[in-house]
Amino acid sequence: MDLSYTPEEEEFRARLREWLAKVLPSLPPKPSPDDWPGRRAYDLGWQRMLYDAGYADVHWDASPTVRLIFLEETEKAGAPYVGANFVGLLHAGPTIAAEGTAEQRARWLPPVLRGEEVWCQGFSEPEAGSDLAALRTRAYRDGDEYVVTGSKIWTSHAEVADWCELLVRTDPSAPKHRGISWLAMRMDAPGVTVRPLRTLAGSTEFAEVFLDEVRVPVAHRVGEENDGWRVTMVTLSFERGTAFVGEVVACRRVLGEIAREARACGRWDDPVVRRRLGRLNAEFRALWRLTQWNVSEAESSGGVPGVGGSVFKLRYSRARQELYEAAAEVWGVGALDLDQGWVTDRLSSLAYTIAAGTSEIQRNIVAERILGLPKG
Amino acid sequence: MRFQLTEDQRALRDGVRGLLARRFGAEALRAAVERPGLDRELWRALGAAGFFSLRLAEAEGGVGLGLPEAVLMFEEAGRALLPGPLAATHLAAGVVPGAADGEAVVTAVGGGGLVEWLDAADVVQGDVTGAVPMRSVDPLTPLWRVPVPDSAVEPDPLFLLLTAAEQLGTAVRMCETAVQHARTREQFGRPIGAFQAVKHLCAELLVRVEVARAAVYAAAVTADPVDVAAARLLADEAAVRGARDCLQVFGGMGFTWEADVHLGLKRAWIRAERGGSNTESEDLLAGELLIEVG
Repeated sequence: MDLSYTPEEEEFRARLREWLAKVLPSLPPKPSPDDWPGRRAYDLGWQRMLYDAGYADVHWDASPTVRLIFLEETEKAGAPYVGANFVGLLHAGPTIAAEGTAEQRARWLPPVLRGEEVWCQGFSEPEAGSDLAALRTRAYRDGDEYVVTGSKIWTSHAEVADWCELLVRTDPSAPKHRGISWLAMRMDAPGVTVRPLRTLAGSTEFAEVFLDEVRVPVAHRVGEENDGWRVTMVTLSFERGTAFVGEVVACRRVLGEIAREARACGRWDDPVVRRRLGRLNAEFRALWRLTQWNVSEAESSGGVPGVGGSVFKLRYSRARQELYEAAAEVWGVGALDLDQGWVTDRLSSLAYTIAAGTSEIQRNIVAERILGLPKG
Repeated sequence: MRFQLTEDQRALRDGVRGLLARRFGAEALRAAVERPGLDRELWRALGAAGFFSLRLAEAEGGVGLGLPEAVLMFEEAGRALLPGPLAATHLAAGVVPGAADGEAVVTAVGGGGLVEWLDAADVVQGDVTGAVPMRSVDPLTPLWRVPVPDSAVEPDPLFLLLTAAEQLGTAVRMCETAVQHARTREQFGRPIGAFQAVKHLCAELLVRVEVARAAVYAAAVTADPVDVAAARLLADEAAVRGARDCLQVFGGMGFTWEADVHLGLKRAWIRAERGGSNTESEDLLAGELLIEVG
């Protein structure tokens, strides 16, 4: 068991830190959450800066440890997160890299890395959320094109995306996990309609996407026809394994801010508040150690994260909500004022036990795939 | 950074697990409940296997290994529900003659003035003036209580860490026991582990184990008192709540002496107390938040 980093990794950290200190002051101000064109431009601009400095492919080509250092340092420095590039860099990109043809990799990967194209995710449907494989969006072949009809939901960045990683049913008579294919669909294709959904935090964080006889070239299918479920599992393993590294660092910073706030407003003298914050410190320290453990495990197993990500996600999503509950106790009535910066974060934290597989689904995964309990 | 067990550490853990399975398996645990008392022969066998002298330098007759290895060993002891003042004796190796090789049994005054195995111990560390016996909740841990504990004594972080490792091991056992039961016990014509309510109890058992494991192992590497405090809180939670959830999975049988679940719960309760109140750990962790932000 070793928690030290190699000289090469420390050098990477030092170089990155120096670069961040140099470039971050020159970033334009952050656009408002509802300004989607502004957010797109901002996030693509940041990706372009990473590309020019040689950090663009850190999510793909670097070792898990170097990726951990990258996420830790960028978060500590207050650099932008992947934002609108999230799906392209962390879902579609790795999936295409692992399962796509040489031609597909050459077409789609460089624009993601250079910050030129944004992807969104067309997986969930109104009738198929947690039961993802129950999706109904249908695609039939017409010559060398698929004709797609149906609808998707919870599609982040749909308003400004160029491409959508789309799951469609290509064989309705097959069992539900078979008969699914993974397509790359242009978001400006005729028949695509985007309707933004307003979250309880007040912003339009995601959208519904309606598909009416949208034509997608067969050449834009990644993996074999009807083999999309397996391709999707590749995508989801990336999502669950590495998506939260930067956020643990962010939560530790927020916890420090809450403690400082508690001291400033006199709540620190309340031993109940202090004990609660101390316990949360234990929680986030342990989650950081678990991150290091999982990253080391991924490193020794060839880089693809395993179902251990579900263990992490279960605990992290709840801890994040408890963090903001503790914050609310410190703020008192201030926690009811949307002009207080953390109130929106408190509202947003409610998504974590639902998004990317609900806690209930994650518990089933842990119980069945790690503990070997029978399927219900 | 390779925050995983090395081959040597795996071999050590498997060796200790094998030794404890042979010397203190399920039947021995049952027998110990029937005839409480410290098994001196087993204590010497642990000494011969290096359990107490593990961290002593080889020049001093020890094994010359470090805290991570000690933590792995104590995790296995906790998994086996091995009774006796293991942590106090381990920490006395090289200080108290006979402790290193298992000839001497050493106990110490813990948090809240709690003393384990006072009658069986050859050496007691701390002031036990006026100690009175308690009717211990755990049949395998006789307890005494010092009326006015010395509040100035700070808990030793190493003692807290070794205790946390034992808690981790007991949490692992409770998870394994619950899962085994959920796989085999049938109700309504199917294993109860197929029911989501039971499945989710088991999943949470494992989540608490894995979070505690990461915290305990990291604290073993850094030996930082704040890391130890975090490890201690999470390991206590994993063991105590794990035992309660395991009991729930066992249903009515879990409430009886027919199942071993209660032994894990009672030991976990005692370990959660003997390092002092966890308020101290929470306060240490809270204070560190202000140090970090300045």
